[in-house]
Amino acid sequence: MATDAETLSIRADTRRRWVLALPAVTIITLFSILPLGVVVAYSFLTPGDYGNVKWIISFEGWFHVLFERDIFDDTVSLSDAHLTIVVRSVLLSLATTGITLVLGVPTAWFIATRPQRQRAFWLFLITIPFWTNLLVRTIAVQEMIRSDGIVNRLLLWLGLIDAPIQMMFTNFAILLGMAYVFLPLMVLPVYAAIERFDFRLAEAGYDLYASRLYCLRKVVLPQVKAGIIAGSILVFVPSLGAYVTPRIMGGGTTLMLGNLIETQFGQGRDWPLGAALSLTLTALVLVALVWYTRLTTRERRDG
Amino acid sequence: MVERGFDIRRLPGAATLAIACFVILYIPMVILVVNSLNGGQSISLWEGVSLRWYAVALQNEGFLNAAKTSLILATTAALVATVTATMAALATTRSRGFRGEGAINLILNQPLMVPEIVLAIALLIILAQIKQATGYMGLGYLVVAHSAFCIPFAYMPIRARLQGMDLTLETAAADLYASRFYTFRKVTLPLLAPAILAGFMLAFVVSLDDVVISEFLKSPGQDTLPTYLLGQLKRNLTSEIYAISSLLLLISVLIVAGSWLLTRKKT
Amino acid sequence: MKTRLVLTTAILSATTLPAFAEGVLNIYNFGLYTPPDLIEKFETTYGVEVTLTEYDSNETAMAKIEAGGHGFDIVVPSASVVPIYIGKGLLLKSDPNTMENFKHVAPEWVSVEWDPDRSYTVPWVWGTTGIMVNKDVYAGDINTSAIFLDPPDELKGKINVVPSMNDVIDLAIMYVGGQPCTTDKEVLKAARDKLVAAKEHWASIDYASFEKFINEDLQASVFWSGAAMRIRAENSGFTYGFPKEGFLKWQDNVAILADAQNVRNAKLFLNFIMDPENAAMISDYTGYGNGIAGSEAFMSADLLAAPEMTIPDDAAPVARFQQTCSTEVQDLYSRIWTDLTK
Repeated sequence: MATDAETLSIRADTRRRWVLALPAVTIITLFSILPLGVVVAYSFLTPGDYGNVKWIISFEGWFHVLFERDIFDDTVSLSDAHLTIVVRSVLLSLATTGITLVLGVPTAWFIATRPQRQRAFWLFLITIPFWTNLLVRTIAVQEMIRSDGIVNRLLLWLGLIDAPIQMMFTNFAILLGMAYVFLPLMVLPVYAAIERFDFRLAEAGYDLYASRLYCLRKVVLPQVKAGIIAGSILVFVPSLGAYVTPRIMGGGTTLMLGNLIETQFGQGRDWPLGAALSLTLTALVLVALVWYTRLTTRERRDG
Repeated sequence: MVERGFDIRRLPGAATLAIACFVILYIPMVILVVNSLNGGQSISLWEGVSLRWYAVALQNEGFLNAAKTSLILATTAALVATVTATMAALATTRSRGFRGEGAINLILNQPLMVPEIVLAIALLIILAQIKQATGYMGLGYLVVAHSAFCIPFAYMPIRARLQGMDLTLETAAADLYASRFYTFRKVTLPLLAPAILAGFMLAFVVSLDDVVISEFLKSPGQDTLPTYLLGQLKRNLTSEIYAISSLLLLISVLIVAGSWLLTRKKT
Repeated sequence: MKTRLVLTTAILSATTLPAFAEGVLNIYNFGLYTPPDLIEKFETTYGVEVTLTEYDSNETAMAKIEAGGHGFDIVVPSASVVPIYIGKGLLLKSDPNTMENFKHVAPEWVSVEWDPDRSYTVPWVWGTTGIMVNKDVYAGDINTSAIFLDPPDELKGKINVVPSMNDVIDLAIMYVGGQPCTTDKEVLKAARDKLVAAKEHWASIDYASFEKFINEDLQASVFWSGAAMRIRAENSGFTYGFPKEGFLKWQDNVAILADAQNVRNAKLFLNFIMDPENAAMISDYTGYGNGIAGSEAFMSADLLAAPEMTIPDDAAPVARFQQTCSTEVQDLYSRIWTDLTK
């Protein structure tokens, strides 16, 4: 009898917990998960004449992710336009991660090694750009590299160039914009990891006559690695799906995946292709996330 | 004994790079603010310091409407997200595991795993149908969409706080035959309040920051501050844009400073 | 209790917010195309609150409207796409020809191919599509589409192309020696190849803000005459050219959408803009002619004297009025455009 009562109370507890979680679960299911299902469905339909879809099953959307058919002679070839954009998106995202690593890790280190009281101040300085609207920050970078922006004026004044350099609307502009916008995302998790690190460990290592470099590599790095991986993922994932920054910095000819997807729902009028591209992007992001989870769980096991 | 000269903390070059990093982060924003104070008509010519463009912005009906929409939207979405996330956090913590716990956690974090643009497109497709079917065009669509992607952000701090919370007090209250609801209101909730507030602020900022989803889902007249700004970028680039951007920057600084002070008081 | 109260208030305030009260009009128009003072005058005259949303191309507008649930009452399609709108049943037959101010429509715009008895649309403005170049940067001949299809070195990387499918493809077809809406696949293929090859020299395919030209971030563009005029007013280096290979004349039209929710106000707006004084406001702002007789009297002197407004005699023979192509050709256009913009 006692076990029955126990099962009953466990059941009641489970039910109570589900009821509590239900509103949040419902909102996300209806407005985030279900729409994704619709995207999956749309990727297998036929594009309408001027947007939308016709309810005829077709695999053309997925076909066009990688291949193209010439308008005039129907020859099939690899879609180099799409490949270029996918490769560009991945490379720019990797480069963004690289730049933010080079700048962000020393910065995190710097903050974490300040005396306790100063730390709050430096962290505050990082949090402000972190919380500032992404669009506002993109506008700020754009202002720097316009033809008569401050960078060009400075270079002209220094006599390093005779005419303004065209920086806007290039891969460089997108890279610069994304690195600027996502930099705080790298600093914060790395900082959190370094802050947790017990510096007495390193001192102990030094006591044992380990060189500084050896000490960093063997004692410090393994401890802060998790933070660096987390930071890299936090930068890489939004870079890959970036839309606003490339739209403003790239000027409509230098597209990233996010912009290519949007084009299909406007000018391009190929919703199934847009849907298929959306799912491709999601898959790329999931691969990065799975890789991250595996890396961190292995880390935890080893540690 | 560690010799005085050695300190692993002092990495050669780190300080230089860190300072460079701060300079890089702040110069564009400083220039943005400086530009917003330009009294001249053109953004290319400096004609002295003035608040002229702020006055222009504050009299601009488009900007004011967008600010109002943003405020209503961010507040409502953050409220919905915080309330539902608090309930969900109460459900998923302090248990020895229950059926479906993993599923709930996966669902609640799902919006973080999908690129924003994909979510925007997905919602665009489905909401266009609903709008057509119901004829309702109000702000409700944006509110629920924002609530959905704000929930994980509100959920994180609240859940973390609950996980670290001591159960003794609640057990004590229960021992004194306090009703479950009474215990929650008088014991759990006050202890949880800072985390709920943090979750609310996080959700508020996340909603306020959103460009992509709002841009794709807005009905006519529903511009938020970021989508209004995005639209203005396509028009004439005037110092007014810098003034509006600077105002948004100011809001961020205030929110960060506010949350800073709040958490400071606690420690 | 308190939370529930807050929640209820929140949901209520969210659902009862704005939308379609009495006295609202939602206009969907090209960017930088709707004079603020005209809207203000309309609002005060009729006590209607106007909301303006802007788009960058006929294609974008059509995609959005086709998707449904857009909430717009008024749209401004180009003549070349009006028949598509009508064919798809997207426009309301609002019979502007019976409206009070219809008598002001200039004779040449009363019966038009895309809307023979004007039962759907009224004229907004007409103009030309040509080339705009900063003469301070490039001193050569600018009356040619070579500026964007075989660009001179001075302009490479600084050229913008407007995201207007029919304009761009029509110009390219005429450049390779064909006629707009041609069914000759060889010509279409040549035009496509020319465009795709030229794309690497373009900075953007964008409804770029005027400021980008005024600040000389961009130095040339396939552009519309009125836009070019407004830029010249701010930066006198910019000059508008009429390509000798052929250029386009067009008209954009105001129409009420079939699923408009504020039809009465929309009709008031259609009638309102056919008034010569109001039509002149549109011309003064956009820099285009408007198709309403008698509006010249209200236009500014600058506008009437503008070189962009008048097609030079030697260029007149190569002006083509933009038409709707057959469905098959339109489909090929779309695919060329996809090739170009993807």
